[in-house]
Parts: sequence; structure tokens; C-alpha cells
Amino acid sequence: MSKTVTKEISIGDVGARGSEASDKADSSLMALNVGPSHPTTHGVLRLIMELNGDVIEKCEPVIGYLHRGDEKIAENMTYNQFVPYTDRLDYLAPLANNVAYALTVEKLAGVEVPERCEAIRVLICELARISSHLLGMGVFGMDAGAWTPFMYTFTEREKLYTLFEELTGARFTTSFTRIGGVARDIPEGWLDRVKTFCENLPKATDEVEKLLTRNRIFLDRTEGIGAISKEDALAYGLTGPNLRASGVDLDLRKDKPYSGYEKYEFDVPIGTQGDCYDRYLVRIEEVRQSLRIIDQVISDFPSGLWYAEDAKKIFAPPKEKIMTSMEELIQNFMIVTEGPQVPPGEIYFEAENPKGALGFYLVSKGGGVPYRLKIRAPSFCNLSILEKFAPGHMLSDITVILGSLDFVMGECDR
Amino acid sequence: MIDDGFIKSLLEKKGSLSRRESIDCLTLDCPADQLKDVVLSFRDDEGFDLLVDLTAIDHGEDAEVRFSVVLHFYSLVHRGYVRLHVLCSDNENPSVPSVSDISPAANWHERETYDMFGIKFTGHPDLKRILMWDEYPYFPLRKEFPLAGIDTPLPAADVVEVTKASVEPAPMMGGPFVSSSDGVMSDSEPRALDESWTEEMEKPS
Repeated sequence: MSKTVTKEISIGDVGARGSEASDKADSSLMALNVGPSHPTTHGVLRLIMELNGDVIEKCEPVIGYLHRGDEKIAENMTYNQFVPYTDRLDYLAPLANNVAYALTVEKLAGVEVPERCEAIRVLICELARISSHLLGMGVFGMDAGAWTPFMYTFTEREKLYTLFEELTGARFTTSFTRIGGVARDIPEGWLDRVKTFCENLPKATDEVEKLLTRNRIFLDRTEGIGAISKEDALAYGLTGPNLRASGVDLDLRKDKPYSGYEKYEFDVPIGTQGDCYDRYLVRIEEVRQSLRIIDQVISDFPSGLWYAEDAKKIFAPPKEKIMTSMEELIQNFMIVTEGPQVPPGEIYFEAENPKGALGFYLVSKGGGVPYRLKIRAPSFCNLSILEKFAPGHMLSDITVILGSLDFVMGECDR
Repeated sequence: MIDDGFIKSLLEKKGSLSRRESIDCLTLDCPADQLKDVVLSFRDDEGFDLLVDLTAIDHGEDAEVRFSVVLHFYSLVHRGYVRLHVLCSDNENPSVPSVSDISPAANWHERETYDMFGIKFTGHPDLKRILMWDEYPYFPLRKEFPLAGIDTPLPAADVVEVTKASVEPAPMMGGPFVSSSDGVMSDSEPRALDESWTEEMEKPS
């Protein structure tokens, strides 16, 4: 936020088609259009900025370039059919989205899943968190000019994707949960491989920390940059690591435990300054805490069924049962054709996802198709504060600020 | 905790609110003209400091009250949610007072709700579309809007002049298989909605 003395330049409309911002722009300010396709915007975010020399005077995020109408699509298909669409919300942590969506519908339907299913879900949620934060930290380092940490985090993320592939059949678009359970039980020996991964991960995170945490250049670029006060963070509805970095102790896994999170011990890292550096520190600590949770889940992994057996109108039974028993065949047929039968009512559920609180507001009028499904995307809310706190920073800070907010446009635009 | 005592005192303080049955959290009906007062006192007096979500429901073209706006608050003090339902009295030109001056989080949510449902938030500083482009003529989440979309001109006139392109309805044959929530069972079977390309009709080029 240092003062710069530059001579005034006047460039009118720089590629900002149809933007009121550039029409109204003061001639002493420079209008700069960043995105929608630009490496620092991590997707298709567009920023219309007004610069006074190097200092940002105004920064208006323009979103919607990845809008696919997920909420409209949800109103036209059965509950299970929508699971693949949830992959494409926060596509860096699809497993966590799958779980949040399944939990929402199950809450409305009054379905309780067995312990083993809950444990699988906690496990995949935390693995998704690690995978999302690994990418978040890696590209954040890259935004600040450090290439090497990215190599370490991506190597580890690749190992995680191999584990996801073994579990779900897909590396990226997992679609693993079903209403009332998960798609299949965990493969044999998979837990051991997760364990091996978790034993090796701290080496990589330590390496990243060695490269970044006390790195002079990294500190200069992130400390005191993009500070969000506690009050602002709450007023703009920030959630997740971005909110916690500003010093607000809100983690839904602790405060409103779901899927058996209350059984596990872990700490919630809280920042003090709310700047880019704090957001980085919170994420790297969250990775460590996730490892703690995974360790506890695996050490006491429950046996038994991995789906809600008594939810006859919700969960289609496993394939071997469908092939051998008439009753289960009919059950499967009804669920595939009519969808899981959910009673009329409304529900709002939020899960603590890597990016923040992912909420689903579901209105049902009965039957197998939602009447309305609103997706409360954490990235959407986390980006809305940009207009407020980006002005006053140097143009070069915007890459670091965007990197530290760790948003995903797939989720923001839905 | 949000217990019976808290709810009782809240309802006594705010006579205009009425409680609604709900399975997950405290749900209240709020008259539109009282909304700002209620949101302000929620934030300042009751400890609901986080406006987590603001959206709307379209109850259908035939409904007596077609649109209602739904707000969700989270309280760090009570560790719980509160839901507010606000009915929009006018079905043709639905409007609700904006709460974005009280809670900046509402700013983008209200823009999105306007974008998707056409509900006007009076007093909003910059009520324009957020997900669709500014010139888009429809409100896509209204129930009468078709899933495939409607043929719409592209926003940039100079591009249209050269390319003659427009936004076309999505071809849905083999696309998302869709179901409907009512009717006889054979109707609720998932099917492709597209009628532009069947065995009888040729595939559009």
C-alpha cells in the first residue's frame, strides 16, 4: 500500500466492452480490464479496475462466465441424478460437495446412515480438503512468484487423485455419494494406502513451509496485504479459512457437527491479522489437522454396512442383491425411475468445505425431484468482498489477494 | 442455544413475526415492510451476525402469492440458524426492501435473486444482473422458463453482425435426462426433454 508517484496517463476503454465502469471513468485514471481469461483469476473471473498509477482505486468483479444454471437443472431431475452436478461446483474438492449434498437430502428425508458410511464420508471430506488446500497453497505461492512449492504440492495431489480413482473410478469428477449412502464400499487395502499417503504428506508440507513461511520475498508480498477485519469478514458473509484467518472462530465441523465429526479431536486454526499471509497459514495448518482427523478415522474404522439399509425408498440396494432378489429389483426400479422419495418440506444445511460453508437450501413438494434447490456457494460470498478491500492496494497485489482468497469459479457461477 | 424461551421472547418483542413449522431451524414469516427492522435487530440485538444466504422461491404461476424471498442467518452466539420467509405481495412486479445497507453480504445475493427471479429489491445501490449478462431479457429460475433456454440475441451487436450467432436453446437429446415431480408414474420416468431431434424429426443442422 505504499505511495507511488507516477505521471498521469489516460487510456480510455481498454477492452472493457459495454462496461459502465469504463464509460464513467475519470480521465486521470486508467481503466484496466483483467480476465475473464487470465492466469491470476484462477478461472473465468473478470475484474474491471480503475488505476491511479499503480494503485487500485476501484475494483469491480464481474462473474457469471461459468454460469450453467445448476439450480434450474436440479429442479428437473431426481435427487441422485444431481450428484454429478455437485462435482462441478467446487471442482477442486468434489467429494466434499457430494457429501454436503447427500447430507442435505438425507436430513430432509430423515435418513440416518450407519457409522461406517459416516466414517467413509469424513475420510473423503478430509482428503478433499487436503487436495483443495494443496492446490490452493501451491498456486498461491506461484501467484507470489514462487514456483517450487507448487511442484511439491502437485506431486502430493497427484497421489491423492490416484487414491480417489481407486475409490470412485474417477480422478476428478467423483460423484461418490448417493442419497442414503455412498456408491460402493471402500476397496480392499485402500485404507492402508491412504495411511501411507498421510505418513508421507507432512514431509511435503514441511518442504513447502521451508520454502514459503519464512521466505523474505513471500513475506513482503503477503504480510499486511489484503487485510480483512473481523467485522468486514462477518458483514460480507465470508466463511471457511478466509473467515478464520480474520480471527472469527467458526468451523461448522466443530460448531454444528455433522456426519460424526464430533467424535474426532482436532484444532481450528484462527488468524489474527486477516491478511494474505494469515490465510496461507490457516490453510497449511488445516492440512495438518485434517491428517489428525484421518488418522483417528482409520485407527477406529467401523465395520458394518456402508448404506442406510432401512431407507427402502431412498437408496438403491447393491448390485449383487438386485440381481438375485425380486424385492430389491423392484426397489431399484422404483428409485431409478421415480427417484428417492423425499417428503415435502424445506431444509437448509451447510457443510464446512475447503473453500467455506457450502450450503444447500432444498424445498421439496414430495416425490423424487426437488422443487427448488439453492446452492449457497462459499466462493460467491468470498469474492463479494473484493470490491471493498482491494482498493488502496498496488496492482501487483491483486494476484496475491486473489490467490489467497482461494475461490473456484465453477462454484461461484454455478 | 435457540430454545423455546429465546423464541418466545423474540416473538414477543417482534409482534409482526409469526412462527412456521420446520424440521431444521427456527422459521419465521416476516411482512415485507418489517424486513429491514427485523434484520437490523437480528444483527444488533439477537446476535445473528452472519447473513449466510438470501434467495427466493417461485411458487408457480397459479399460486396466490407467487414469490417469496428466503433469508438464512447464522449466529455465532447461539450456534444456530434462523430462516425468514418474506412474501412478495405483487405477483407481476414483485419487490422487497433491500437489506444490503444493513448487511453487505446481501448485495450480491439480492443481485442474483433479481437476476434469476426478477424480484426488485428497493433501495439496492446497484441492482443489475450478476450471472447472466446485462441485456438478458428473461428470468431463468421462474417456473415457466424452459430448461433448454430460449433463443436470445448475443449481447455484443458487433459480434452478432459478423457471426450471425445467437444463444440457442440447448439440444437436449441424449443430454440431461429429466424427470417431473408430479403426474402419473410413466411421466415421471427420466427422459430427454428435447423435441427438436427425434426419430421422426431430423436433427437440426
